Amino acid sequence: MSIFIDESTRVVVQGITGRDGAFHTRQMVEYGTHVVAGVTPGKGGQRFDAAPGVAIPIHNTVEAAVAGTHANTAVIYVPPMFAADAIMEAAGAGIALIICITEGVPVFDMTRAVRHVSEHGARLIGPNCPGLISPGRSKVGIIPGRICSPGPIGLVSRSGTLTYEVVDQLTRAGLGQTSCVGIGGDPINGTSFTDCLLAFEADRDTEAIVMIGEIGGTDEQDAAMLVGRDVTKPVIGFIAGRTAPPGRRMGHAGAIISGAGGAAADKVAALRDAGVPVADRPVDVVDLVRARLPQPSGRRAS
Amino acid sequence: MNLHEYQAKDLLRAAGLPMQPGEVASSAAEAEAIARRAGGPVVVKAQVHAGGRGKAGGVKLAATPADARAAAGAILGMSIKGLTVERVLVADATEIAEEAYVGIIMDRASKAPVVMVSAAGGMEIETVAATTPERVRRLAVDPRYGLLPYEAADLAWFLYPDAARARAATEILRRLYDAFVACGASLVELNPLVTRPDRTLVAVDAKMVIDENALARHPEIAALRDEQAEDPSETAARRANLTFVKLDGTVGCVVNGAGLAMATMDLVKFYGGEPANFLDIGGSSNPEKVVQALQIITADPRVRVILFNIFGGITRTDDVANGIVQALAAHPLTVPLVIRLTGTNDVEAVAILAAHGLSAMTEMDAAVRKAVALATTPVAA
Repeated sequence: MSIFIDESTRVVVQGITGRDGAFHTRQMVEYGTHVVAGVTPGKGGQRFDAAPGVAIPIHNTVEAAVAGTHANTAVIYVPPMFAADAIMEAAGAGIALIICITEGVPVFDMTRAVRHVSEHGARLIGPNCPGLISPGRSKVGIIPGRICSPGPIGLVSRSGTLTYEVVDQLTRAGLGQTSCVGIGGDPINGTSFTDCLLAFEADRDTEAIVMIGEIGGTDEQDAAMLVGRDVTKPVIGFIAGRTAPPGRRMGHAGAIISGAGGAAADKVAALRDAGVPVADRPVDVVDLVRARLPQPSGRRAS
Repeated sequence: MNLHEYQAKDLLRAAGLPMQPGEVASSAAEAEAIARRAGGPVVVKAQVHAGGRGKAGGVKLAATPADARAAAGAILGMSIKGLTVERVLVADATEIAEEAYVGIIMDRASKAPVVMVSAAGGMEIETVAATTPERVRRLAVDPRYGLLPYEAADLAWFLYPDAARARAATEILRRLYDAFVACGASLVELNPLVTRPDRTLVAVDAKMVIDENALARHPEIAALRDEQAEDPSETAARRANLTFVKLDGTVGCVVNGAGLAMATMDLVKFYGGEPANFLDIGGSSNPEKVVQALQIITADPRVRVILFNIFGGITRTDDVANGIVQALAAHPLTVPLVIRLTGTNDVEAVAILAAHGLSAMTEMDAAVRKAVALATTPVAA
């Protein structure tokens, strides 16, 4: 099992003919993801060659792309000024899961998009995120498939490359993953740590959860409050930005210490108070996970 | 992006809000001329991106144009929290009967703009909220409707018991919300919003922060950025499309991805070093970006070692290796270099580096330890 995506995931790519959209569509197809349609306004009726023998139909609108393809998931690679509209278009077309990779979306645009998405009963992941992968089943977004492997660990993170770093170490240590979800580094986004923790809790095959947070906001603290109550599986944390100066934006739009609770120390303390061990170094995550797994997965998997 | 008080006031005045009249000056003579035109007492205020200007001596009342000249002369060139004052705002002095606070922030928790008002003006709203929360009223706005008239009126009646001021404040709140949206702001504050002795309202100080992501829609606001107020290295980095924050340490860091960049800085500190900067070279690796990143970091004389930490997912590590080689050919380094790279095309990357006498490590932890050791050893090992 996995969370949010699996073999039944049928993807429409918004912005399929752009530089990033084209590159990552090919990567997704190569991984085995069912990419069933693409959208680029003005190029409807054309086809996108994703791999030898794989020509993906392009439509002008998401609604047209959904009709006849049964797409249930959208991934968005459109420029930042148009990304919120693309999110709302996908929700309006009945897409249940929307992943927005685009970075730099105006925050006010997102305040509208998140309301539109939730009123349509859809789930949004991102924006400014690497997407997600359920190793061996499906990947939607840009997480490199080869650093992941199937196994019992659920991973959720606000970061991209830091996620890859930790996933790579888990995989090399024989600790595969049910799903790895990048929720993105923006101040206003769709899916939260809390949502992912609850989903991993409900997922039969997930045995332990790794949560990689960073400075800014209080999403990590909200998630910590669930641990031991609604989330009974072991949770292991890491928080980036312990050396970040207050008031400065550290790359991600949401990674800024402003107001109460945004500092790394606040988050580490909240997690530790909730009984979540927090790794001091990325390399320590593996040992903390191993110590809390019901049984070593390396033995189980092979 | 932070705006100066005078810039925020100009934008808000244009949006129809009652702002204290004033003009900006960069010399004592200009300040005197502005005060003469004003024809009455003025306040001379330092324009720097720092709070606590008053306590630092950066705000002075001047009764005459000659006093304004003297005040501007004293304030211009003064240093407030490490920032040199290049400009002063010369504003008409306002007689104050009462002070209120009105602000709008982009709130993560409610995923909406939140309007905050308090009759306790002139103080930091965080302090008021912490000590006397009953004196603050908050309202999360549905961004699809905007601030509705009755919502604005509700907040206005919370501030003022009399109809004249409540009506004026309702209009101020509606215009302020519209300006917040139109400018792509993430924060706007009128603090204090002053009641004059004649019961009219005027904003005596204003603060605005613009969402960096929205600047592409507002070139006229993007042009207001004060590059004198930031470190030259940060200006250079922004022009090169690099995300860079200057710090005080000795380990220069070049990393792909914001989270990994923060984790790298943290690990430098964990091993007893101090990071010289935050730098995210981004996902699409272009050798030219690496060249520019190295130039920016090596311009800091405190940097004693440069650490590359590249996890090639989307970033191709051979592109980064080419960038390193190009940068070194153009500008040979005087400090040691520690390179960690792994992931996409790392075999090619290692070969490129090796052909130029460079080596790369594969583990982040070991690379950071090595960089810290080099930065803290008296002479290069």
